[in-house]
Amino acid sequence: MERKDFIRKGLMGTGMFVASASVGSVIKNDIDELKELDLIGFNHLPATESKVKANTVLHKAETRGHANHGWLDSHHSFSFANYYNPDRMHFGVLRVLNDDRVEGGKGFGRHPHDNMEIISIPLEGDLEHQDSMDNVAVIKHGDIQAMSAGTGIFHSEYNKNADQDAKFLQIWLFPKTKNVTPRYDQLTLNVEDRHNNLQQILSPNPDDAGVWINQDAWFHMGKFDQDFATEYKLKNPANGVYAFVLKGDITIEDNALNQRDGLGIWDTNSITIKANSQDAEVLLMEVPMSV
Amino acid sequence: MEPVKVNILVIGRHEEILETVLRIINKSENWIAQGTLTDEKAMALFDEQKFDIVLLCGGIQEECEAVLRTAFTQKDPEIIIIQHYGGGSGLLSNEIIHALSQRTARQNSNS
Repeated sequence: MERKDFIRKGLMGTGMFVASASVGSVIKNDIDELKELDLIGFNHLPATESKVKANTVLHKAETRGHANHGWLDSHHSFSFANYYNPDRMHFGVLRVLNDDRVEGGKGFGRHPHDNMEIISIPLEGDLEHQDSMDNVAVIKHGDIQAMSAGTGIFHSEYNKNADQDAKFLQIWLFPKTKNVTPRYDQLTLNVEDRHNNLQQILSPNPDDAGVWINQDAWFHMGKFDQDFATEYKLKNPANGVYAFVLKGDITIEDNALNQRDGLGIWDTNSITIKANSQDAEVLLMEVPMSV
Repeated sequence: MEPVKVNILVIGRHEEILETVLRIINKSENWIAQGTLTDEKAMALFDEQKFDIVLLCGGIQEECEAVLRTAFTQKDPEIIIIQHYGGGSGLLSNEIIHALSQRTARQNSNS
C-alpha cells in the first residue's frame, strides 16, 4: 500500500509526477466546452426470459447512455450530462457510473466539484491528475483514486500518453455528510490479490483495506478463472450491491451477465457469483440504498 | 414572441463554483440563472422576482438551508428547491430537467 508514499512523492515532484508548474496553465474548463449533444432518450431493451426479480435491476451494456465527443467516448450507466433517463437516476447513493475512453493527450480541463465522493478506477493507460489541494499524480491500471469534493475543489484529468487511449471508470457517490473538508486519496493495489478473490478496494474506514470515502460503501474487485464460484456477504444487509462486469461473462444470482452489464440487488444478505469465462472481472459496489 | 425561460436562483458559498454553475445554466437557451453567495441577497432577489427553481450548491450550513427553505416555501409554495450535487456540468442539467418533469407530473395530476 503506497498511500503515504504517494503524497510525499507528489509534493517532492519526483519523476512519477508531472511538474506542478503546469497546474496554473490548466484554466480552460473543457467539460463546459463540450459540444452540446442532443438529449439522449430512453433506451431500454425489451426484457426477454428475464430472471430479474423484484429486488433486482438489470442494466445491459447496450442500454447505457452513450456520448461520443471525439476525444471522449463515454457510456453512462446512470443519467449524466446530456443523457437523461428518469428510470436511470441512481442505485441508492451510487449516482454516476461512467465508462470513459479518453484520446491520447486529451482530457478534462480544470473544473469544479462539490458534495460528491468521486472514485476513478483506471482500466488502461495513464491518467494525469492535478487539483486545487496541490495534489499532482498519475494513476494507472491497478490504482484507485478517491476524492471527497465536500465544500469544493477544482481538478483536471488528462490522458498522460499522447499515443494511446486511456480507459477508466468514473464513479460518483452521494456523500454521507455534506460540506466536508475536501480530501484526496490514491492507492496502488496488488492486482494479484484479486485472482479468484474479491479484493476490497474501498471502504468507509481509514484503517481498512483500500481507499476510504465519506460514505458507508464498500467496493471489491475480482478476476476469476472460468467456473470459479464465490459468494459476497454484504457488510450491511440494509445496503444494496451494484455489480459491474469489467470483462468476460459472469452469473450473479442466476442472472447471466456479459461485459459492461450492470446488476443491482438489494434486500439480501449475500450474492452468489460464478465466472463463465476465463479471466472474468467484476467490480462490486455495496452502497446504502437511501439517499 | 420568445418563450419564457425557466428562472433559476442559485445559492452557493464557493465563488468559483457558483460562477461555473451560473455559466453552465445560462448557456441553455431555455434557462436563465442569477446567483449569490449570501442568504440575505438570495432573500432579496426572491422577494423581487418570480423564480421557478432554487438551486442550493455546496457549503450552505444546515441551519441556513432550513431558514432559506422555510422562507422561500412560505412566499411561494410552488417553488422547486433542489440540492445541486457535484459542482459542475455532470449532473446540473439532469437535476433541473428532473425537477421540471416532476413539477409537470404534479401539475398534471392536480388538474
